[in-house]
Amino acid sequence: MDTNLHERRQSALKRFEGVGFPTKKDEEWKYTNLKPILKNDFKVFPATEDAIEFRDVKRYFLNDIDTYKLVFINGVFSSWLSETTHQNWDICTFGAALKKYRDVLDEYFNKTTPEDQPMVDVNTAFAKEGAFIRIPKGRVVDKPIQVIFLNTSGDKEIMVQPRNLIVVEEGAQVEIVERHQNISDDAVLTNSVTEIFAHANSKVDLYKVQNDHSSSTLIDNTFIQQKRDSEVTVGTFSFGSKLIRNNLHFYLTEPNCIANMDGITLIDGKQTVDHHTLADHQAPRCNSNELYKGIFDDKAHGIFNGKVIVHQPAQKTDAFQANNNVLLSDTAQIDTKPQLEIFADDVKCSHGCTVGQLDEDAMFYLQSRGIGSKEARAMLMYAFTNDALERVKIDSLKKKLNLLIAKKLGVNLDFEL
Amino acid sequence: MLKVNNIHAGIEGNEILKGIDLEVKPGEVHAIMGPNGSGKSTLSSVIAGREDYEVSQGSMEFLGKDLMDLDPSERAQLGIFLSFQYPIEIPGVSVSNFIKTSINEIRKSKGQDPMEAKDMLKMMREKMALLEMDKGFLSRSLNQGFSGGEKKRNEIFQMAMLEPKLAILDETDSGLDIDALRIVANGVNKLKSKDNAVVVITHYQRLLDHIVPDFVHVLYKGKIVKSGDKSLALELEEKGYDWIKNDLQTV
Repeated sequence: MDTNLHERRQSALKRFEGVGFPTKKDEEWKYTNLKPILKNDFKVFPATEDAIEFRDVKRYFLNDIDTYKLVFINGVFSSWLSETTHQNWDICTFGAALKKYRDVLDEYFNKTTPEDQPMVDVNTAFAKEGAFIRIPKGRVVDKPIQVIFLNTSGDKEIMVQPRNLIVVEEGAQVEIVERHQNISDDAVLTNSVTEIFAHANSKVDLYKVQNDHSSSTLIDNTFIQQKRDSEVTVGTFSFGSKLIRNNLHFYLTEPNCIANMDGITLIDGKQTVDHHTLADHQAPRCNSNELYKGIFDDKAHGIFNGKVIVHQPAQKTDAFQANNNVLLSDTAQIDTKPQLEIFADDVKCSHGCTVGQLDEDAMFYLQSRGIGSKEARAMLMYAFTNDALERVKIDSLKKKLNLLIAKKLGVNLDFEL
Repeated sequence: MLKVNNIHAGIEGNEILKGIDLEVKPGEVHAIMGPNGSGKSTLSSVIAGREDYEVSQGSMEFLGKDLMDLDPSERAQLGIFLSFQYPIEIPGVSVSNFIKTSINEIRKSKGQDPMEAKDMLKMMREKMALLEMDKGFLSRSLNQGFSGGEKKRNEIFQMAMLEPKLAILDETDSGLDIDALRIVANGVNKLKSKDNAVVVITHYQRLLDHIVPDFVHVLYKGKIVKSGDKSLALELEEKGYDWIKNDLQTV
């Protein structure tokens, strides 16, 4: 029986009350411990929007191109920093949609989320605000959309629960950049849920820039439902935070879908980035391409758990998965686990995980051309991550990502890739 | 220019070079020949500063500077160039970015500003014409998917761009067909002057038909066992390395 939004919130709350927050005993959370983070006494419902000057947060935006902007401060929509529209397409807030587009929310809200994820349930039960993006049939959005969540905390650690709903109708196209940014040094816990519905022949690009303070924790849950001939690309670029957990699920429900997942993780100190991905092939002739690159220094910890399920009807599936890692120190750690479950017989699936150090031969080669060891190292790491940037179609973003990578590597390399 | 005195070097405790003496002066071309496993590539790596090799004895000087304290990049900045026997493939770094970075790093070490982009491009065009290379080359990933001949040509292209004082060509002839060999040798000859020097490491005489050496040294079991002029190379070609080996045994 079909339920409405309110009923779905109720049952999510009930499920959450039954199991509580995930612990390390939970197989899905084996390597990532939330306990120390949940000890904080988080302020769950910040009441008002904090005043922020644009010049103080400008660097977190793409500024050299024209974009739509949805900006939230401590979970509250900032109309001052945003640029929304209802012309041709809806780019507004989840809060506004709750009032205005109840029928759309009843149709889509919480329809992609799995039922075994307590963090998602807690978001479903309580989330009030986030991005609402709806692109009608056949429309191609003229410029990228930036969705930026700024957190200022102030007096107390805060927990924010953004909820994004993105509906891209038949043949429509959209590009979205998403960022969660703490602009204080206080602890922030973000538990975000994004649902994307990519209808037939639609095209969606979503880029996640994750470069937050070492006091921040992000649990990012992104669920994508694809209909026939749609193509969805999600790039996850993680350079910072105390802890990031990315749950990224693609449900390929009709034939001929293309799902692309790219990731670059470049972390050091005691940072942890945990990627849990799923390509769920339910229909024939879909492609999923997954390429995750990781570089870990100091005591950084990377986790990659990439699941590919090919159900019995999903004949002629083509699934590719690669997770390549470089450890720069003896104390850095990577746990990588590909999981393939294949129930169809006519499929092409390949996967590979590598963990290595920087290639000494390549280092000597670069150095023998007068390139100092620090620059040579940076150049090799640049090159190593480079192919995971290939599918980034926004040049301005690509440039920004290259700069973030260079900055993280501590060099100022004067070459474009 | 280069003075190598009684160098002993090896890897993980295995001594490969057992006392090498070599002096190279500006304007000279030296050939180092020898059978497989005699230590030819080790010698070139040790001069270029590869850190895997431990130098246990001896000294090396280049332009009056002690090489032993310098890492490979510092040696390159002084003007030492090694053309690799097996150039490394580096996906994601284009040939042009690699050379640009290399030239500007060398300039930086000398306190010079980066080269103007248009000057760099002009120079690249000239040197590519010299080596009969296609323009598309520049945007390809460094050595990735290059044929053996393309890799070697790319090495000589880098040498042409960096204009080193001492170029060590490690088996540059291997993997080259006759035409490519002629082009590469022609390139090396054009770059030769009274101020720079070339050390050609090779197994065979054929490259030396094109790059004519002033001195030929035979390396065997980690030592230079015979030195002579270019006629020594011809003699080796004719008689083979067994001649040297037998010679040594009778001594």
